[in-house]
Amino acid sequence: MLKFAKGLTGLLGFFLLWEITVQAGVLPDYWVPPASEVTTTFVSLLGDAEFLRGVVATLLAWLIALGVAIGIGVPAGLVLGSVPALQSAARALIEFLRPIPAVALIPLVMVTIGSGPDAKITLAVYAAVWPILFNTIYAFGEIDPVLLDSARATGANRRQSLTWVALPHAAPFIFTGIRVAASIALIAVISVEYVAASEIGLGRYILEGGMNNGHLDQVMAGTVLAGLAGWAINSALVGSGRRLFRWADTEERAAR
Amino acid sequence: MSATTLAGKRTRILGSAVVTWLVFAAALLLWELIAIGADSVYFPRMTAILGTAVDLLLSGPAWRLMLSDAVFEIVLPSLATALGAWAASAVLGIALGTALGRSDWAMDYCGTLISFLRSVPPVTLMPAFMVIFGIGVEMEIAAIVFSTLWPIVLNTVDGVRSVDEVKIDTARSLGTPRRYWIGMIVLPAAMPKIFAGLRLSLSIAILLMVVAEIVSGSGIGLQLSTTQSTVQYTEMWVWVLLLGVLGYALNSALLAVERLVLGWQPTRGDDA
Amino acid sequence: MPTMLEVSGLTHQYGQGERAHVAVRDLAFTIESGQLACIVGPSGCGKSTLLRCISGLIPATGGSVRLHGDEVSGVPGDLAVVFQDYSRSLFPWLTVAKNVEFPLRWQKVSKAERSQRAAEVLESVGLSGVGKKYPWQLSGGMQQRVSIARALVSRPALLLMDEPFASVDAQTRGELEDLTRRVQRDLGSTILLVTHDIDESVYLADRVLVLSKSPASIVADLTIDLPAERNQITTRESERFVSLRGEVARLLQSPQVQRPGEPDPATAESGPGTTTVETGDTAGTADTAEAAARS
Repeated sequence: MLKFAKGLTGLLGFFLLWEITVQAGVLPDYWVPPASEVTTTFVSLLGDAEFLRGVVATLLAWLIALGVAIGIGVPAGLVLGSVPALQSAARALIEFLRPIPAVALIPLVMVTIGSGPDAKITLAVYAAVWPILFNTIYAFGEIDPVLLDSARATGANRRQSLTWVALPHAAPFIFTGIRVAASIALIAVISVEYVAASEIGLGRYILEGGMNNGHLDQVMAGTVLAGLAGWAINSALVGSGRRLFRWADTEERAAR
Repeated sequence: MSATTLAGKRTRILGSAVVTWLVFAAALLLWELIAIGADSVYFPRMTAILGTAVDLLLSGPAWRLMLSDAVFEIVLPSLATALGAWAASAVLGIALGTALGRSDWAMDYCGTLISFLRSVPPVTLMPAFMVIFGIGVEMEIAAIVFSTLWPIVLNTVDGVRSVDEVKIDTARSLGTPRRYWIGMIVLPAAMPKIFAGLRLSLSIAILLMVVAEIVSGSGIGLQLSTTQSTVQYTEMWVWVLLLGVLGYALNSALLAVERLVLGWQPTRGDDA
Repeated sequence: MPTMLEVSGLTHQYGQGERAHVAVRDLAFTIESGQLACIVGPSGCGKSTLLRCISGLIPATGGSVRLHGDEVSGVPGDLAVVFQDYSRSLFPWLTVAKNVEFPLRWQKVSKAERSQRAAEVLESVGLSGVGKKYPWQLSGGMQQRVSIARALVSRPALLLMDEPFASVDAQTRGELEDLTRRVQRDLGSTILLVTHDIDESVYLADRVLVLSKSPASIVADLTIDLPAERNQITTRESERFVSLRGEVARLLQSPQVQRPGEPDPATAESGPGTTTVETGDTAGTADTAEAAARS
């Protein structure tokens, strides 16, 4: 609890510093609105039904995208991780696809799928699937052979040792991948809403703020909300990961 | 390790590299076949894309290794921005991470702030960056630094904190002076983690390069948006795939540097 | 012989108040220059704490440690430590030669002399020609030889060894024990070695200090009157070795030989053989005592 208070102090200190630099004129207020103004906008937005609908749309898209990414990433990683030949065959393809930024695919997705929710979900899945895939492959590739040997020595067959040894061993790593993917997916959904000018969503709202003659307080309030949401999701997942996998020390090897 | 097993290992690695690229070629072929079958303007044939790529990028004079003007006027400036900003953020991030990691209390106060800042979608800060830095390369650099800094900082903090007690005792018992401490004990021990952060942030740098260029209208990002709005899908695909090639090449180059710097590590697993 | 190390009234406790844990209580002993002394005690009795206090890695909460007359505060320059966990004690990012040269970096030693001395000391521990390798490319025993070489390269007045051979296999262990004795005699160094292994302490040492259970205090101070030239097979077979080993084992088992109020045995005169305990029928019961001590 003390740690939480210290963290909050740091966060508040940042907003205070922001306020002071703007008020003192170090950063002109036509560049960046002061924190107090952004906070006021932020609070008034929380009572704005249309804005809240946008936030819900964004979160819904994020949730679906994360689910789909897990549905693709975990099985694919499982197959690639347990069949080394397949993994080395797919490596160049994966290494080539991964660095293509989801944003670069926006034009393509817009002409093929349009700019509706499908588009942002598709792109968020594309962005979020990699950490899940890599952590799953890694988890199955790195499993200690002694563990598998011990399982075999107790008479477990291949399928049983996969279910009872390899999967529990891999679970914390996969979870870390999912946690990283959750942050990436949220950033991706909001970015696509912003760049592709979706009909609705937090990113769309921020875009409007930027276009409407530089309503930067609107931009900053939306951005702060996005940051807080991402931070809350990440902290919640870190916490539940610790609770779920007490035996493991996986934060050490968070996805790259 | 005996010479024979080394040689055997080498052939195995070469063999898997051959398979890898055969599969890659097969994927390109599959694209070609599907594109012929689908006959869609959005998915041009792979041969057409590669042909356009050659026209676009490799039509220059021989003394420039056939590299065309587009490479010098579009690709290289984009890369220079991304890499320059990434390097700046590496220096800044490692310094900041070392300072935070060495302190007993700093991370208690700054940890939450940093994970908040990391969760801010950099794209939505573009309007602010545009207002502050104007539309141009400064804004692009600021956006890239802002989004690549945090993974480096967090990984450096992690690495700096992972120096084990026996090493600290050993270094103390060998009389290591304070001023050598960071350079000779802390940073070498943290290097594997730092490199993990550098690799993550390199891919973010390319992502932000594209975003910032779409917004500011320059480089590869501009090409992506104009080719799309002028319905030149073949050319658009060239730019998309070029990003894949660049990302692959940069990641491989960084991995090579990492192997060199971290050659002392006992097991360098193949990083997929 | 001059006194190298003088420990008096050494006390160390972790924590404060009611939750305080006293690891070492009122320890006193001296080590003469050129001696190879072993401290043997049951696991968890505070041996490592004692060593860390002597080396200045942690300040003791009470008492004093003097190295050739100078009060120890912080790690003295002419002291070196060999840790048990060689894989964590060697710097993995440095080659073997660079690891050995490491302590010379902040001394006024030219680069050429540095590598010269590293090569010499590596040779003396039987490791010539591996300087360019990285620690992980060597076996465990070889890695511990590197640690020993690194500790010796700055010619320390006192070498502390904390369970140095506990993590290597029995064969290697014997080799390293012989190496330690040989190097100690060749260089005339003073060594204080901490171990939980009774056989090892008797085989290696000129003198064995037996510690009690936590909080550690000295139960007995034995002079090992075995011949200076020792052999893994014949020395360990000799009657004197067996009886000394039995004696140490018995001391470890029943530390109540030191009655309350009796003066600290460490300060008693140290003639040949035991100083404080009646020996009894040593040879006959040595096996059972040893078995009990090991259980």
